[in-house]
Amino acid sequence: MAEILPPGRTAPDFRLHVTPDQTLSLSELKGRRAILAFYPADWSPVCGDQMTLYNQLLPEFRERGAALLGLSVDGAWCHQAFSQHRNLHFPLLSDFEPKGAVARSYGAYRDAEGVCERALFVLNENGVIAWSYCSPIAVNPGADGILDALDSMTGTEKSHGHAQGAHHTA
Amino acid sequence: MAMLRAPITLRDHRLGSDDAPVVLVEYGDYQCPYCAMAQPVVRELLHQAGPDLALVFRHFPLSEVHPMAETAAQAAEFAGAHGIFWQMHEALFANQSRLDPSLIFALAGTLGLSQASLQRALALGTYAQEVREDFVSGARSGVNGTPCFFVNGVRHDGAYTFGALAAAISAARRQAKTAKSTARQGDARA
Repeated sequence: MAEILPPGRTAPDFRLHVTPDQTLSLSELKGRRAILAFYPADWSPVCGDQMTLYNQLLPEFRERGAALLGLSVDGAWCHQAFSQHRNLHFPLLSDFEPKGAVARSYGAYRDAEGVCERALFVLNENGVIAWSYCSPIAVNPGADGILDALDSMTGTEKSHGHAQGAHHTA
Repeated sequence: MAMLRAPITLRDHRLGSDDAPVVLVEYGDYQCPYCAMAQPVVRELLHQAGPDLALVFRHFPLSEVHPMAETAAQAAEFAGAHGIFWQMHEALFANQSRLDPSLIFALAGTLGLSQASLQRALALGTYAQEVREDFVSGARSGVNGTPCFFVNGVRHDGAYTFGALAAAISAARRQAKTAKSTARQGDARA
């Protein structure tokens, strides 16, 4: 498994396509918490796959002041079809060209397969990683780690990262 | 190891003996085909384990991909408020391929529930809170898809076949018995 960026590090900025004709940069989210969910590929067949689960939990994430971004190497058109099919209400970013460059900058790229790791990053309001977790590729990590990380950030000194949830880091 | 974070309370729908040594908690979605496939397995497990196993069902509707899941879950809660949760639960899974609002009202009628009251409850979202609480408790416990089972509070990460679940239940039963006899020995010494 890759060595993903640990808590305390500033999250590398990026600008990626969020639709075929629009881009989004991480810096646009400054001042808000962010959840970056890297995942291997669109169109996972299982009931309640990871993105479907997070989609359903958007109210819980928003309640905790966090925006959610999904990232994979799939192209913008593929993301669009997947997003429509699953009724996703959060942006899916295409780490498509140069392929996987953003995932690499987070230590979340699998060279052998050419896809992103199943890696989660929770960023504080200043864009610093408060919690990160890399799941075995075939295991849907669920949302408990994300919610715990967001809760442990509440009322703590956010700029210093290392929230209590950091012990989940594998 | 993912653990059930929300303890079982009186608000839960529980089938089987109150003092069963093993409790199987299922997070499920009435429109999820895998949940429907697991129902005969769960019934058989309850049948074979007898008084040693109780079942608790909690809602985990993935309504963005299963448009009838939330309505079905609220309808089951409505039935539960009238003392017949499990009848509605069975009926919803048995009719999964045909689930739509009119079918849910028909099921309510067949079970002797007031369709007008059900309509009111759905319109007002009377049971939406219960369903959401179940969903969030599941997410916090590491439910990552449906069905998701917990055997005496420990998430079952194996297959949800009869064999795999029965083995997990037997192991939990042995563990519960050992814990009980250890506690008794402790009492005797005290």
